[in-house]
Amino acid sequence: MTQGRPDNLAAEVEAQPVVLEVDAVTHFFGNLRAVHDFDLTLRHGELAGLIGPNGAGKTTVFNLITGVYPPSEGSIRFRGVELVGMPSYEIIQMGIARTFQNIRLFSNLTVLDNVRVAYHPHAGYNLVDSILHTPRYRAKEAEMTERAQEFLAIFGLESRQNEEAGSLPYGLQRRLEIARALAARPKLLILDEPAAGMNPQEIDELLELIRFIRDRFDLTVLLVEHQMRLVMNVCEWMTVMDFGEVLTRWLPSQVRTNLQVVEAYLGRQAV
Amino acid sequence: MAHSPAINLGDGESPQPANNAALHRRDGMILNRISQGVFVLMGLVVLIVLGRALWQNPGVFVQQMLNGLQLGFIYALIALGYTMIYGIVKLINFAHGDVFMIGAFTSFYTISTFQLHRWVTWIAPGLPVGIATAIGTVTVLIVAMVVCGILAVFVERFAYRPLRNKPRIAALITAVGVSFFLEYFGGLPFAYTSNYITYTRPFDVEVYSAGTVSPVLMGAMWAIFVASSAAWLVLRALGNKGNVRAKSLQRNPLLLFGLQFGGFLSVVLTLVGIEIQTGGKVWDLSVSNVALVIMGGSILLQVVLQYVVNRTRLGKAMRAAAYDKDAARLMGINVDGVIAATFALGGGLAGAGGVLYATAYKQVHHLMGITPGLKAFVAAVVGGIGSIPGALVGSLIMGQTEVLAAGFISTPMRDAIAFSLLIVVLLVWPQGIFGEPATEKV
Amino acid sequence: MLARLRKPTVSFVVGGALLFVVVQLLLSLGVLNNFWRGIIYWGAALTMVSLGLNLIYGFNGQFSLGQYGFYAIGAYAAADVTWRWTHDDASGIIVVVFGVLLALLLYAVLSRILRGFYRVTVMSKFTFYVIVTVLAFWLTVQFLVPVLSPVVTGLLGALPAAISQQVVFFIALAGGAALAGITSFLFGIPVLELGSDYFGIATLGFTIIVKVLLDNTDTILPFAEMKGARGMIGIPQWTTWPWIFASLMLVILVMRNLLHSSTGRAMASVREDERAAELVGIDVAQAKILAFVVGSIFAGLAGGIRAHDLAFLHPGSFAYIQSFNPLIIVVLGGLGSMTGTLITGFLWILLLEGFLRLYLPQGFETWRFVVYPMVLLLMMLLRPEGLMGRHEVAFLRQKLPAMLKKPLKESGDRGADAPAADMATGVGEVTA
Repeated sequence: MTQGRPDNLAAEVEAQPVVLEVDAVTHFFGNLRAVHDFDLTLRHGELAGLIGPNGAGKTTVFNLITGVYPPSEGSIRFRGVELVGMPSYEIIQMGIARTFQNIRLFSNLTVLDNVRVAYHPHAGYNLVDSILHTPRYRAKEAEMTERAQEFLAIFGLESRQNEEAGSLPYGLQRRLEIARALAARPKLLILDEPAAGMNPQEIDELLELIRFIRDRFDLTVLLVEHQMRLVMNVCEWMTVMDFGEVLTRWLPSQVRTNLQVVEAYLGRQAV
Repeated sequence: MAHSPAINLGDGESPQPANNAALHRRDGMILNRISQGVFVLMGLVVLIVLGRALWQNPGVFVQQMLNGLQLGFIYALIALGYTMIYGIVKLINFAHGDVFMIGAFTSFYTISTFQLHRWVTWIAPGLPVGIATAIGTVTVLIVAMVVCGILAVFVERFAYRPLRNKPRIAALITAVGVSFFLEYFGGLPFAYTSNYITYTRPFDVEVYSAGTVSPVLMGAMWAIFVASSAAWLVLRALGNKGNVRAKSLQRNPLLLFGLQFGGFLSVVLTLVGIEIQTGGKVWDLSVSNVALVIMGGSILLQVVLQYVVNRTRLGKAMRAAAYDKDAARLMGINVDGVIAATFALGGGLAGAGGVLYATAYKQVHHLMGITPGLKAFVAAVVGGIGSIPGALVGSLIMGQTEVLAAGFISTPMRDAIAFSLLIVVLLVWPQGIFGEPATEKV
Repeated sequence: MLARLRKPTVSFVVGGALLFVVVQLLLSLGVLNNFWRGIIYWGAALTMVSLGLNLIYGFNGQFSLGQYGFYAIGAYAAADVTWRWTHDDASGIIVVVFGVLLALLLYAVLSRILRGFYRVTVMSKFTFYVIVTVLAFWLTVQFLVPVLSPVVTGLLGALPAAISQQVVFFIALAGGAALAGITSFLFGIPVLELGSDYFGIATLGFTIIVKVLLDNTDTILPFAEMKGARGMIGIPQWTTWPWIFASLMLVILVMRNLLHSSTGRAMASVREDERAAELVGIDVAQAKILAFVVGSIFAGLAGGIRAHDLAFLHPGSFAYIQSFNPLIIVVLGGLGSMTGTLITGFLWILLLEGFLRLYLPQGFETWRFVVYPMVLLLMMLLRPEGLMGRHEVAFLRQKLPAMLKKPLKESGDRGADAPAADMATGVGEVTA
């Protein structure tokens, strides 16, 4: 397997600790092999992309990392802890957050509540506080609300905090989903096609936003994307996969110069 | 936006794994094995209780199983409707058991008031009694099926269809409402009254036991069974070699009917017909013609339904609509029509079930549909909801469970045990025996 | 302290106190006769069951048809405690107090142990919790009852009769509710995993099983005093208006506070999208169990209240047909609206058992069950979201937080000592 990284990045990145280590993961759906012998190593602060044609198994990789289903074989370690066998919510609580290909907000809850839900594992008060509305409940609740509002402010959603999430326009729903993911206090953020359905201008804004949150929250980011515009501009390096296997790893510049390969995997329009 | 120094919006400390215990866990498989052991132990206790009953009095035990078979085939008729309707509209049609009740009452009136089961003797008095009764019974059955089919379509049209795009609970509540309405409207003094009414059977009961089973009948059943299984085996062999025609013929409804009909009836008749003795005790089994009619009728209707669903255009449309209503509509399928047809078929089957149930137990009542309806639904879930063979298998399991529980474990607990079966099956096989696992897209 | 009270809180407290006093006066003066008293008590009990169901279904999204089963468990358990007490037998009290405490203690130990393992299936969890529960109650009955009986009898006997009666009644109600909660916990562990419709059917099965067991309390179960299908008689009629009022208020407040907390939001997120909730770090199984257990405790409490008002319990009143009552009330009132449930819960009994029974001609009795479903059908066709939709009166509505006061600075210089926004002011300005 091609573990070699582009040399010019190596010096800077190799010094960082490994955040996520996916090692020889294989997954079957019935008899269908969706992911085969997949390896991926992410180091702290990296911004990596996972690209490949439809059905290549990209989302499956995300689902395996976040414990939606356990891999048939292989191991996934996050900051040294084996994730295989852990329920999803514990994986999230350990510091991995994700968004979804099709937006999955809690559409009947308010925008603010969507973010506060993600804050639940860190709420800092227990059931008794909830039922009695103790002073601790009041303090922690106020603190949580303020934190959530700060997240909303970063994403330009602060004025819509009391609207139902389902009533937001599409672009804002995407942003809200990222805000909700960040509220879970991740170390690793996984974005599943964050630019799907966006126009070029919105993509540019998203691009800025992704860079900003990576620096601001000290994150490692892994994203799946079809919009080459986004991937080329934001990712520091990318993994290409097809038929559930890793094909190669490139710098965006290498991808750009290798248009034929891109065409083969992504189709002509994508470029 | 300016790149600011990396800070953590959290409370400063880097987010450690939520609980350190998570890092030092042991494999829980040991615990799982222990609990499986407990379950196996409990299953063994039940098996021992049943086994002892079988050992002590095999005749009674097998007789109970025969009774269970009759009950199971009635449940199958109701369960088929449940499973089809759930498969296509994802609605637990609580009113289905009451359609079954209406079927029983329809046949009650056609028999008691209109004497419709004797119409052949009015026209052609010379016909042999057997044939005349058979035609009369089939007539009664068809009348009940048609009435129930129309009723089900009517309910669908006016109660469920307006709510199809509303939250699912609305339709469910409506189903409960329709169910109550049918039950208690039926209970009004001018309708069916709230009394238990004795039901007149469309044909006289004959009980067959050792010696009274005609060897010709027994032979005929074996002939059907042997012939159809031979044909099936030959076709399978041919089909495996790549003969497409043989592969399709293998699922020919007539063949399947022969296989099941011959199979069940030959075994039942043989068990009853030959005198079995163990430990000096005669088994003394008996079976009534009602039970035979129920088995035969239920198998026939089930095979017809399989044929409709798997081999006709309507069936193809049904399967398409069950899979994805919007896509089916885009493909030019009249989804509303297909759903109505599904209700008609389901209602008709439930009506037939009602007639056979009333014939077997000789009593009708306006609340008679509730318990069989619920049990049939449980049977459909056990078999795997949406699956037609599943409904049949689930119903047979349900019939046996109920009868064996009542006979050898605890009579008052029969319903409780039947519903515990549901919970146990759901836990072990969440999709039922024949059901397809639900897939969720993330 | 007083200054921090919101206006809706004040009006709720004042209104509640007023209601309490007025009804108490009307009852004492005899304006409301026994019939109407019965109707009000019944309405309160059914409302409590329905509120519990609304928590489970309306707020947590789990379609339960089993609430009447828990109602029955609460009713019979509480009735048995007081029946035994009035027959000079303290064993009921000991079992519900010490048995429950012992069970909870063992649960705590067991859950700690189970947390040390991964890949434990729900079936295993279920098995171990059942074993532990059986152990707890077996130990209580075998060893604690004979030892503690004289102690408890002595202690309670030392109190004046009027007070000891109230204490016993309190224990009975709490015990009935706790037993309902424990049953729902055990039942919920495996069954809540099944998801919506299957969960509904399984809970329906549960109601039927409970009914069958109640029919056979004196044969299969060892409770001769419950008299099986003939019905339990001789339950002291201890339910009074203050008890009803206090229980209902307790239910309302607990539910409101729970829903307005982070736990409540977690429950709601499970209703909205189970998978998404799990993937933002919510322990979905725990959220479901919690809602189910709390809702069932409400039902159990209502059962105890109802049993000590009727003074007679019959398994027929807990048949599965009845279990649709709370469901209908919740849906008619509006899924996810406590206000709606409160209104329809009382109206349902007031109209159907009160006014209609009194003022309509004799022959209507037989028509009742024909008219109900018609009303239900019309309601579903005309207003399927229920009377109130998701609306709440001010006190029960979650306060919308005020907008962030201090705009976030670009560089993110927020220190740890930044003052928390003053949350206690105003009902939040909503901007469109």
